[in-house]
Amino acid sequence: MQRDTFMCFAIAIAAGSAAAGRATRLTSIFAPESTPARSIFDLSMFVLAITATIFIVVAALLIYTIVKFRATAAKANTEPAQVYGSTQIELAWTIIPALIVVVLTVATARVIHAIQDAPQPSGALEVVVIGHQFWWEYRYPALGIVTANELHIPVSEPSRPRPTFLKLMSADADHSFWIPQLAGKTDLIPNRINEMWMDPHRPGVFVGQCAQYCGTQHAKMLLRVSVDDPDDFDAWVQAQRQAAARDESAAAGRQVFEATACINCHTVRGTGANGRFGPDLTHLMSRATIASGAAENTPENLRLWIENPDAIKPGSLMPAMKLSDSDLDALVRYMQSLR
Amino acid sequence: MATNVMTASAFDASESWKLPDRGQVGMACLIVAESAIFTIFLVAYVFYIGKSLSGPTPREVLETPMFYTICLLSSSLTIHFAGRLLRRGRRAAFVGLWSLTILLGGLFLYGTGQEWHRLIYEHGLTIATNLFGTTYYSLVGLHAFHVTVGLLMMAIVLIFGLAGRVGRTEATRVDVLSLYWHFVDAVWVVVFTTVYVIGR
Amino acid sequence: MSTDAMAISSLQHVERTWGETLHEWATTVDHKRIGLLYIGFALLFLVVGGIEAVIIRIQLMAPHSDFVSPQTFNRMFTMHGTTMIFFAAMPILFGFGNYLVPLMIGARDMAFPRLNAFSFWLNACGGLLLYFSFLGGSGLYGAGSAPDVGWWAYAPLTARAFSPGASSDYWTIAVLVSGFGSIGTAINLIATIICMRCPGMSLGRMPLLAWLYLVMSGMALLALTPLSAAQLMLLVDRYLGGHFFDTQAGGSATLWMHFFWIFGHPEVYILIIPSFAFMSEIIPVFSRKPIFGYPVMVAATVCIAFVSMSVWAHHMFTIGMSSYANSFFTITTMVVGIPTGIKIFNWLGTMWGGQIQFKTPMLFCIAFLFQFLIAGLTGIMMASAPFDWQLGLSYFVVAHFHYVIVGGILFALFAAFYYWYPKVTGRLMSERLGKLHFWLFVLGFHLTFDVMHIPGLLGMPRRIYTYEPGRGWDTMNLIVSIGAFVQAIAIGIFVANLLISYRKGAKAGNDPWDAWTLEWSVSSPPPAYNFASIPVVQSRRPLWDLKHPDDPDSRYE
Repeated sequence: MQRDTFMCFAIAIAAGSAAAGRATRLTSIFAPESTPARSIFDLSMFVLAITATIFIVVAALLIYTIVKFRATAAKANTEPAQVYGSTQIELAWTIIPALIVVVLTVATARVIHAIQDAPQPSGALEVVVIGHQFWWEYRYPALGIVTANELHIPVSEPSRPRPTFLKLMSADADHSFWIPQLAGKTDLIPNRINEMWMDPHRPGVFVGQCAQYCGTQHAKMLLRVSVDDPDDFDAWVQAQRQAAARDESAAAGRQVFEATACINCHTVRGTGANGRFGPDLTHLMSRATIASGAAENTPENLRLWIENPDAIKPGSLMPAMKLSDSDLDALVRYMQSLR
Repeated sequence: MATNVMTASAFDASESWKLPDRGQVGMACLIVAESAIFTIFLVAYVFYIGKSLSGPTPREVLETPMFYTICLLSSSLTIHFAGRLLRRGRRAAFVGLWSLTILLGGLFLYGTGQEWHRLIYEHGLTIATNLFGTTYYSLVGLHAFHVTVGLLMMAIVLIFGLAGRVGRTEATRVDVLSLYWHFVDAVWVVVFTTVYVIGR
Repeated sequence: MSTDAMAISSLQHVERTWGETLHEWATTVDHKRIGLLYIGFALLFLVVGGIEAVIIRIQLMAPHSDFVSPQTFNRMFTMHGTTMIFFAAMPILFGFGNYLVPLMIGARDMAFPRLNAFSFWLNACGGLLLYFSFLGGSGLYGAGSAPDVGWWAYAPLTARAFSPGASSDYWTIAVLVSGFGSIGTAINLIATIICMRCPGMSLGRMPLLAWLYLVMSGMALLALTPLSAAQLMLLVDRYLGGHFFDTQAGGSATLWMHFFWIFGHPEVYILIIPSFAFMSEIIPVFSRKPIFGYPVMVAATVCIAFVSMSVWAHHMFTIGMSSYANSFFTITTMVVGIPTGIKIFNWLGTMWGGQIQFKTPMLFCIAFLFQFLIAGLTGIMMASAPFDWQLGLSYFVVAHFHYVIVGGILFALFAAFYYWYPKVTGRLMSERLGKLHFWLFVLGFHLTFDVMHIPGLLGMPRRIYTYEPGRGWDTMNLIVSIGAFVQAIAIGIFVANLLISYRKGAKAGNDPWDAWTLEWSVSSPPPAYNFASIPVVQSRRPLWDLKHPDDPDSRYE
């Protein structure tokens, strides 16, 4: 009975993986693309092999027992031999698990140290990640960049390693940074600085999300990491370093932005807006999504987000701005000018 | 078939079958549980030593309550001897020493109240002031609460004692309460050492 | 069968009004009645918690569903966890302990009957207080209602700044109050087992159930109290302006985590150890052999109790502890798996060479063995800290602990229900309905909790009210939800069986299973005073000795 269930389980994984294909790999812990994730993957295969073996052996014994020693009509009125124990057998099945535990802990300890105590090489990129309810703030202290929700880091090839070292902090509650293909998760805890690193081996977009319950919109505090080729990364850095683009055709919208409460929460570098409570909007249009991944970055969604954030992310801390239609249109045009 | 499994030697088995007193075991369990609670408050206190961001520090404001500590610890002696007197049936002497125990415990509480009054009004240290204030008042307050509960229980025993209803047969129950009181005093030794000696 | 016990119980049959019966039950100090009160209340909360689970599963059947709002969903998973742990699992296990321990050790009642009643009512009132939060928790701008901070109530989410209104206070006070009730029952069980065993029943001769409840109660004293302490600290923060967990004032969020998990991990052993007790009583009877290795079973349990107090931070592998701390907790967590694994082997050894009868209680025991094995192995996977950096805080963990709690503890409880229901009511439960309940529940359980591991492996975190499509989670979540409905139907069949068998079940007599411990020597149901005269025992299986006077156990132990 249990054996059939296990077979169904195994077939389900295989079928599910085959059908979902590429999509399934997006956030799979078994598709590592970075050294920490790879180390964890290798260790996990070892652990799985051992636990699978234990399962097969013990399950087989259990099945054998319930088949071989079931009550039969022939023995109906007798009692079997009353055995109270056996010191040798009990010693054996204490020592063997103890040995298995030793093997597993040694294998594990090595990986813990390899990942956690890895020294930071001089060429590493440093990013400070600050978790907020319900968005991510990214600061690149050495490069003078502040951005939000979409992280850009350089690819790190074995011949030219350039790992990214993250410092994790929180402005409010606990959060957790989890991009399964790049690394194990690490929490962001207020009044505490945590560290992690990753060195993605190929360019591309990697996704994940906050993994520590942080309040109403924990579910939509999504993560999006763009791993760029060196040239692309440098270009991105240059662009982010610029102050906000000044587009005269969006002047009306800029007026609205600076006259209403927007500047209390948001920063647009090069203008008077330097709020820190909400995401930096200086280069909003360089991002593919808004509201930390809750919606695509389109004019319609931008308009909806400003007008009624609850329609996209109910319970987020962005207030509905209660603007007139014309002000709203102007404001959206201004947002679109922030390339 | 008989429901009971008495055998021929049943009587002998029952006669020599002595198990511990359930009052003592129950109180010992309560003490174990309470020790865990106090340990957590102590851990919090020790963890936050030196971590207050502002406000008065222990060194600046704490004065060692030597006299009141001696009162409390002496009350352990008086309660112990009170118990012995009771077991020997010396009721009046028991009531005398029992009252002295309550007095000494009450003095300790008075001392705590006096200290808190000084800390709050002279030094502006409240439970909300800083981490030291929070952990100090919580830890000492938790202990003072347990002292109060002990004094209330002892007062009830005193009332029964004055009414002549506490004699040799109540000695084991009074012992259970004494055990609690000894625990409260032992906790104070640890709290005192942590707050007034180590933490300063 | 003793005639004097029969005669006395027939004298007790008096006509009573509803009011009088209610009053009797409300003021009872009889351990059997209190045990049934615990079990009754727990079953009610089990159903309520189950409804919360079904709401969660309906919401998660498809991505971007809007069956419930995020606010409601967050309340659902908080209440589901809090209800199941504190108001279903703990009380039902204390209920069984209450009913069985005095009977199995030859005593007439618990050591402190009034404390027993008081502890129950504390637990019941705590449960009612928690649910009152739906009505009364409104606070600032109506931002209250039921708690929504998760059943661990991590700081600083529970600070006034992030939890306005009184909803978090309902969580804190309800759990605090019922915690005191649990401590009271733990004290009672220890005093009863140490001080009230019948003559001849040395500690080495008492049933394993008594030993395991003794260990569990000792753990309760040391583990429940850190949570109480932390909750008092939280109340100081929320009401007196304290800063225990106030990160703005230099306080530490991780301090709460440590305190909570110093409670939280031993707590799950507190829940599983009585389940081990049921296994250790039922498997021998239906294998027709004594438990294999009684002394080692005791030693392993004591070992588990001690080691389990040193593993708590495996719930905190992701918070950024040093590599040394992570290694330490990896080691202790794997070590605690050794005595736990030994128990599975001992049950296997009990069945080996036996004559296994596949009655309903035994079916649930066998399923327990397979499922607890799997749960233990996924636990070993997460004990490896780096593996946990991926698996932790995901649906893999949710699958693991439900595997233990539902696949382990609930299955053990079902076995216990079918096994002891005849003793409590005098009637056997229906075998037909029992087998239907069993197979349906196994199907639903595995549909839900086997499949649930997969989204975890594919990166789905826990406590999310919705999820993105295209990550491979959609179909899996649908299957998980379908399994939940199947389980709900199976539970319905179980409840029906409980109710129908009360009237229509076959009469059980004293000893329907041909068992060997003292509770089977009295009538079903037992008389109020349990035993006409206190028994005297000479071995671990006094009824085996009586039934086999030529070959008593006392000769071999």
